[in-house]
Amino acid sequence: MKPKLEVSGLSYSYHSLEGETLALSNISFTADNGEFLAVVGPSGCGKSTLLSLLCGLLIPDEGDILIDGVPKSESGVNIGYMLQRDHLFEWRTIMGNAELGLEIQKKRNSSSREKLHNMLHTYGLGSFENARPSELSGGMRQRAALVRTLALEPDLLLLDEPFSALDYQTRLSVCDDISTIIKSTHKTAILITHDLSEAISVADRVIVLTKRPGRIKAVVPISFGSENIRPLDRRNMPEFSVYFNQVWKELQNHD
Amino acid sequence: MIETHPTLAQQAFIEKEKLHRRNVRVWRFMLLVLLLSVWELCARLGIINDFIFSSPSRVTICFLEMVKDKSIFMHIGVTVMETLVSFVLVVVCGFLIAVLLWSSRSISEVLEPYLVMLNSLPKSALAPILIVWLGNNIKTIIVASISVAVFGCIMTLHTGFSQTDPDKIKLIYSLGGNKKDVLLKVLLPGSVPLIISNMKVNIGLCLVGVIIGEFLAANKGLGYLIIYGSQVFKMDLVVMSIVILCIVSAILYQGISLLEKKIKF
Ligand SMILES: Nc1ncnc2c1ncn2[C@@H]1O[C@H](COP(=O)(O)OP(=O)(O)OP(=O)(O)O)[C@@H](O)[C@H]1O
Ligand SMILES: [Mg+2]
Repeated sequence: MKPKLEVSGLSYSYHSLEGETLALSNISFTADNGEFLAVVGPSGCGKSTLLSLLCGLLIPDEGDILIDGVPKSESGVNIGYMLQRDHLFEWRTIMGNAELGLEIQKKRNSSSREKLHNMLHTYGLGSFENARPSELSGGMRQRAALVRTLALEPDLLLLDEPFSALDYQTRLSVCDDISTIIKSTHKTAILITHDLSEAISVADRVIVLTKRPGRIKAVVPISFGSENIRPLDRRNMPEFSVYFNQVWKELQNHD
Repeated sequence: MIETHPTLAQQAFIEKEKLHRRNVRVWRFMLLVLLLSVWELCARLGIINDFIFSSPSRVTICFLEMVKDKSIFMHIGVTVMETLVSFVLVVVCGFLIAVLLWSSRSISEVLEPYLVMLNSLPKSALAPILIVWLGNNIKTIIVASISVAVFGCIMTLHTGFSQTDPDKIKLIYSLGGNKKDVLLKVLLPGSVPLIISNMKVNIGLCLVGVIIGEFLAANKGLGYLIIYGSQVFKMDLVVMSIVILCIVSAILYQGISLLEKKIKF
């Protein structure tokens, strides 16, 4: 079977009058259908740049991005991108925010509305459809942002530190919630995070990047035996600290 | 926290606060009465010359006379109409040009020094030229008024637009949108508070512009009455026009505030 996502030899530099910043260099990896990848690396190593490239917001200097075996531009797939902050628009209701992507792509109709309605209900936002974002807690806002992303039925989900704006407790439960939702819908996802335990608690594989320019330093496969162990439970298992130390060592050794 | 049964301390606090507000209102009114009576008294006792300084009673008489022959309504109407026309034009043009500047980095960078210069130019210096170019009429007044407000309006809105959170723009693009979507879904709705606060400034500036225009090129309006009154030494007329001007500007400002409350989200 072809991998969902295949990245080979990706490089990218930013240009400004002060000079050139090589952000990513020679990045190659694959993601299978339904796989959950986590990417960790020091601050400024190019993680967000990687997602912008995958999403098509930036054009790579070198390298290819294949989705289902064809270049991204030809494959016509939908890619969902979730940013660090929820960016719900205060001038729209929760339903209005969830519909934003459909509205932009002119796919809004009564059946899509019905589906969103059900989706908001499933994710515990049923009674907040007509509320303003400011009336929601941080965790609920993040879930609303997830609904907005999922509304376009993306084949590939990109998550750029989506929980880092939350306080620690909310963060644990929202991360648990959201990764369970994503796994239950069998989406392929790439999560960027600063938090090693977060990465290990959700991912099937953890990709470790070097400091800028970002290169792949190690890929650590994570396995807790069964597929269906929730992130919060993973944290209590003995393998957890073994993986933690392994990833931690990879991040620490500079060579 | 809203409690159904406020505690005694809370009740006392609310009472105290209410009393304070009532006092402020009473004192505001008293101050006005005091000023007016001192003014009137000084005029009556001959401490000030009421031919030069006028007096509340003379101003009232002057006002009532003009109400009787209805001319005052015409003058107020003309000034308000000119102000509103130029205000609408300033808001519309200011907004469109700000969008244009936002949409093209080259245009905005080319025009920036000109805008800064025009904005800081004292606009009354333009008035005599406008009279020569456009004639002694309402066109001159409206153009003068627009010139006072429009450059500041453009610059404020453009600055606001360019400070839009880049991540919000990135979000629109990641959902498959283009520059038009950014404009319609983020920039416009997100700038409503800015546009309104900008309107509050502009309505005042437009009134300033209209009065400057009327000083020089009018035979109607409050600005004309002020200039005419001072030329024929009818100070009652001048003072009365200024008082009406104060009231008109307050009403216009309140109108915008009302609009602001209506579309608050
Ligand atoms: N628009 C830009 N112009 C120039 N340089 C940029 C730009 N965006 C990012 N960079 C540079 O590229 C490098 C990688 O940035 P990127 O945002 O991808 O890092 P990151 O790994 O996401 O960091 P963080 O963990 O802090 O979010 C950084 O060193 C940054 O200085
Ligand atoms: Mg980043």
